[in-house]
Amino acid sequence: MTLSMRAVSKSYGPLEVLRSIDLTVPLGQKLAIIGPSGSGKTTLLRLVMTLEKPDSGTIEVDGELLGARRVGDKLVPDDPKHLRSVRGKIGMVFQDFNLFPRMTALQNIMLAPIEVLGMTRAAAEARARELLGVVGLSEKTDEYPRKLSGGQQQRVAIARALAMQPEIMLFDEITSALDPELIGEVLRVVRKIARETSMTMLIVTHEMNFAKDISDRVIFMDGGRIVEDTGPETMFTNPTNERTRNFLRAVLDR
Amino acid sequence: MLESLLSGAAVTLQVTVLSAIVALVVAFAAGLARLSRWRAVRLATTVYVELFRGTSTIVQLYYFFFVLPLVGIILAPLETAVIVLGLNTGAYGSEVVRAAILNVPRAQVEATVALNMSRFVAMRRVIIPQAIQTMLPPFGNLLIEMMKSTALTSLITIADLAFQGRQWARNTGQVTETYVAVLLIYFLIAFPLARGVRVVERRVGRNVRVERLI
Amino acid sequence: MTFDFGFAQQILPTLVDGARITFIATVCGMTLALMGGLILAVVRMSQVRVLRWIGNAYVEFFRDTPLLIQLFFLFYVLPFWGITLPAIATGILGLGLNYSAYTAEIYRAGIESVPRGQWEVATALNLSSRTTWRRVVLPQAYPPVVPMFGNNLIGMFKDSMLLSTITVLELFAVTNDIGSTTYRYLEPFTLLGIIVLSLSLGGAWVVNTLSKRVAQAESTSRQPGH
Repeated sequence: MTLSMRAVSKSYGPLEVLRSIDLTVPLGQKLAIIGPSGSGKTTLLRLVMTLEKPDSGTIEVDGELLGARRVGDKLVPDDPKHLRSVRGKIGMVFQDFNLFPRMTALQNIMLAPIEVLGMTRAAAEARARELLGVVGLSEKTDEYPRKLSGGQQQRVAIARALAMQPEIMLFDEITSALDPELIGEVLRVVRKIARETSMTMLIVTHEMNFAKDISDRVIFMDGGRIVEDTGPETMFTNPTNERTRNFLRAVLDR
Repeated sequence: MLESLLSGAAVTLQVTVLSAIVALVVAFAAGLARLSRWRAVRLATTVYVELFRGTSTIVQLYYFFFVLPLVGIILAPLETAVIVLGLNTGAYGSEVVRAAILNVPRAQVEATVALNMSRFVAMRRVIIPQAIQTMLPPFGNLLIEMMKSTALTSLITIADLAFQGRQWARNTGQVTETYVAVLLIYFLIAFPLARGVRVVERRVGRNVRVERLI
Repeated sequence: MTFDFGFAQQILPTLVDGARITFIATVCGMTLALMGGLILAVVRMSQVRVLRWIGNAYVEFFRDTPLLIQLFFLFYVLPFWGITLPAIATGILGLGLNYSAYTAEIYRAGIESVPRGQWEVATALNLSSRTTWRRVVLPQAYPPVVPMFGNNLIGMFKDSMLLSTITVLELFAVTNDIGSTTYRYLEPFTLLGIIVLSLSLGGAWVVNTLSKRVAQAESTSRQPGH
């Protein structure tokens, strides 16, 4: 289950956000992505999740093109069916949780498995309860999002994404919108998932200790490029690149 | 066909313009009256506004044209049309005026008090000029609605576009061509206005959300 | 000219009959407009450029031409091409087609008020387009615009009086009928005024209360910390 990005570029008007990114992520790898704002980290995730289309380059999941089809020698726009069949392997947790406001926690988690995976109600409900247990929210099954704290909402959002059994999970700064005291509970859940599953995980984060702890590999992005790509030990104690060193010094010296 | 339709269109425009003038005067008078210090004035104006907004234009036209003569008030068709459309659109317009004035930032009003301006002068030199900007897009929409309402005056014998169209269709049996032409001509009159309103709406930016009234 | 209460009492049942037709026309017209407007709203958001253009053209056309002429068109032109409908059906069709243009705009406002994140999470969960609309977007689009639909309904009630011009015996037609046959206009028109005013003012009051309640409910469903 390899994710590979080849020469992927993306611009918004005159602003080049991603410059010819090449990245291969093997199955089961926990990859942390760090870097300053505007470095393209979030855009990279959004492209993988097909929320945006790359201007050039290709993204492949296990050899299958994501968001396009190959006809002969050319690349053709994708058809919805094919797109959804590939996209189904990818899940994402957002900075702003994006829970469905008029559904309970349980219903939030059940919707997609029923509608997309064709699960029966009973099966979906059982699975949803199980997942709420995994994220530590068993008593909140029938609560609506407005009654939950930010940390609780994010945990529900994680459970919701897990319910679809993705092979690749994307985490886009999932604690950046949380009050400090709520960050811990969310990170605990993600650590648990990292330990106990073989999902590939791409985690964009500012929490350096967490990144060091959880990842097998860290990439540092700056100005739309991958500046350094190495293991967590090297990255956080002895990065080779000057820019990386400057960034980490600024971030960790608080 | 085109000749008679276009002569009707000219009448439509004539009625629209005349009614618009009446509506504008009424809108300001009633809008300001609703902000008056005197309760009786506010009440009377509210009654007028609710009366005209709560009933349909066609009913008002018939009332003025068929019922009023029975109490001795006889008006020519054109007078009836202009007065009714003016009062009707004026009622909606008064709400626009009132809302726009109330939306002028409080700081501005307070400044006039600090400068010891009389309420009349404050209105005239400071408040209304600022309110006018926000009034423009809703007024534009009301103008379009009123132009469409002029079609109803054909029912009280005004020889407008609707009237001519109906006559022509009835006399020649060319129903499809005639009514298509009539719709097209109305569209050609209203569309540029609608476009213009949207341009003004964008320029004004933050404005009072009084959407196209029905 | 004095108000004859006896006569007023006499004609009231006839007026009520007319009001029933008005009610049917309005309700059916509104149902049609709600369905038509939704279809239009979705079409106007299509990825296909031509479809978007058609949807926008429809809305522009029906909002820039008088309802009266649209009704005449349907009433006189359709039979010419072999489609003969009873007058009330024509009236309902006319109201429905016209008001679809307005409800389409209301739906648009509602849909645009749904936060972008909801659309994105639907993509992340790989929901089909249909499911996204039905289970995620529309349920959030409706509540804030219910008052606008209410105002729309009141507008249609007033516009239903125009159906009298295409021989539908609704409230206004009946009023005119009484007037022209008995030469007594004061009583029927006054009763008409009272009925129409109480319904539209009452309706406006209901819509106002509803919109205040909805505004309250919306503000409490905001996510904490946002």
